[in-house]
Amino acid sequence: MKKGAQILVEGLMREGVEVVFGIPGGAVLPIFDVLYDSPINFYLTKHEQGAAHMADGYARATGRVGVCIATSGPGATNLTTGIATAYMDSSPIVAITGQVATSLIGNDAFQEADTTGITRPITKHNYLVKDVRDLPEVIKEAFYIASTGRKGPVLIDIPVDVSRSMADLEFPDKVEIRGYKPPYKGHHLQIRRAVDAIEEAEKPVIIAGGGVISANASDELRELVRITGIPVAMTLMGLGSFPLTDPLSLGMLGMHGTVYANYAVTEADLIIGMGVRFDDRATGRVDKFAPHARIIHIDIDTATINRTVFADIPIVGDLKAVLKEIIKYVKPKDLRDWHERIREWKEEYPLSYSREGGIKPQYIIETLYELTKGDAIIATGVGQHQMWVAQFYKFTKPRTLISSGGLGTMGFGLPAGIGAKVGVPDMPVIVIDGDGSFQMTMTELGTVAGHGIPVKVMIINNSYLGMVRQWQQLFYNRRYSASKLRGTPDFLKIAEAYGIKGLRVSRWEEVKPAIERALYEEGPFLIDFIVEPEENVFPMVPAGSALSEVMTKWEAVNLA
Amino acid sequence: MRHTISLLVENKFGVLARIAGLFSCRGYNIESLTVGETEDPTVSRMTIVVDALDERVLEQIIKQLNKLIDVIKVSDLTEEERVERELALIKLNATSSTRSDIIQLVDIFRAKIVDVSQSTITVEITGDKEKVDGFLRIVRPYGIKEIARTGIVSVVRG
Repeated sequence: MKKGAQILVEGLMREGVEVVFGIPGGAVLPIFDVLYDSPINFYLTKHEQGAAHMADGYARATGRVGVCIATSGPGATNLTTGIATAYMDSSPIVAITGQVATSLIGNDAFQEADTTGITRPITKHNYLVKDVRDLPEVIKEAFYIASTGRKGPVLIDIPVDVSRSMADLEFPDKVEIRGYKPPYKGHHLQIRRAVDAIEEAEKPVIIAGGGVISANASDELRELVRITGIPVAMTLMGLGSFPLTDPLSLGMLGMHGTVYANYAVTEADLIIGMGVRFDDRATGRVDKFAPHARIIHIDIDTATINRTVFADIPIVGDLKAVLKEIIKYVKPKDLRDWHERIREWKEEYPLSYSREGGIKPQYIIETLYELTKGDAIIATGVGQHQMWVAQFYKFTKPRTLISSGGLGTMGFGLPAGIGAKVGVPDMPVIVIDGDGSFQMTMTELGTVAGHGIPVKVMIINNSYLGMVRQWQQLFYNRRYSASKLRGTPDFLKIAEAYGIKGLRVSRWEEVKPAIERALYEEGPFLIDFIVEPEENVFPMVPAGSALSEVMTKWEAVNLA
Repeated sequence: MRHTISLLVENKFGVLARIAGLFSCRGYNIESLTVGETEDPTVSRMTIVVDALDERVLEQIIKQLNKLIDVIKVSDLTEEERVERELALIKLNATSSTRSDIIQLVDIFRAKIVDVSQSTITVEITGDKEKVDGFLRIVRPYGIKEIARTGIVSVVRG
């Protein structure tokens, strides 16, 4: 006979869980008692939001399911932003929450919240386990649902009396869910149509999204490009799926994408969208997106197909399997004219920034790339700094950019970086954060200190909520309403209070030695970069404009 | 255009909330929703009538429904030959002078009287939406005190 709590922990270990992030509390005491002797490494965080982001960062960096645990009521509600972040970016996490005893549910008991109700719209699925006998199957199902098909967060809510209940149980060998059968092979005829379309195209472009990384299909993508010579644009979530150093890379497309990516997509006669959802940040004005192109859309989630853009050739299936099929039939192409056109655009509209004035954040990112050569994991917050990372760090490998794309959660950077470092201890993990974003979850420096996690934090400190300020400058006549940060602490003193070494940098020539020092010294490190305060992110496609109307620096200055 | 969608779902708590939530959070309007057990007690059938603005919206609705783990099968019955029924209980004002007229109308519609009092008559009527709507139109002048409608259930012919 085993307690529910023991069954849970045994279930986690059977799923290969080695690491859990979270905070204990009344409703999860039985579970934590079992964790005390278990080989699972538990990371005590400072806030449950941090725990959820850590589980998410761990999942994105390793490809495995991240696990976080919180108590009932406020513990569970604190996970919400982290779960929604994972949901929007299709990241596989399992969140375990305690709940009040089954007899008290619905009575507004102490630390009670309707966790399953609150998280229903932001989870792939969730469970309230009212009978301990359901637990083994629920755990197995939860991990299966989180890690297959279009991945996503699953929550298991366990009342404290269920955790204490005894039962004699077996774990099922297999999971069979009537209503859930993720597709695998693409339809053979659709694949043939796609191959024919590729053969006919004279100006094809691949748009690679987060799905390429989620499906572990980078090798297949590279093979397809090697055979056909088709250039590759990437969404924010797709960065790393194809090396940005490759001459056929177009960089990121969309709102802050490169001019050449946006122009190529606009002039293309064939778009091959793989693992992308064609969301508004990437497409610009949808009715003017890729006006001359037929669109092949390969995705594992059929609901994504025809959701925003019309798919001429939809293929529903696992991307790795579908690409393997396409590679079998596709033939080399002569795209020299198209490559030449793209080369002209790249020469005329490179990503650039001026070296006048205070330190430019773009220079910091470039220098970081030079010193790491892409052999690092970069976790970011949300805002201008995030866009500069996407533009100036040349990601060459999948699972090296850990960034909240869909929900755009400020404060994601530090905890996600911690989760990534726990998951991939042999890679340097650098958190690039904004001073605004960083302050949202900087309490997790306590987790860094408490568990000795050697992340390197680099704050792009411009004393503003930068992206908000940029929009206010361009579209609200420089009315900086509530975008100038107040009461920002001395980050070095904060780091020191946690026993973490740090440096402040305010001169150009100090940038490189500071980063070198942070990377090569052991242990966690924090650099506070005081940068040019009113630098703007360009290129930019304003909301509601077409990708073809992408603004480079000069035009934007005229607009202001 | 009205679409009738029939779903087979797991007979577990929370399924209804999940499906209703999917409609509400995406701003789709449910006209009617009925649910009940099937011959397999672990499976329930749900019939939803939705007013879809255009075909693309409907395609999305059906795909999102299919994605739900607890949804086993989704069928759009709109274009199919089908049998459609709903039930309504209607409480009408009825005095001694109007009672016999009401009884005649009830007979014409093959409905049933299930309750009577000094001042009211309660009618039970089943039929497709047009029949129930038609009966309501005819009896409205007598004064409807209360209506309880179930919403459509539907099964494909053959």
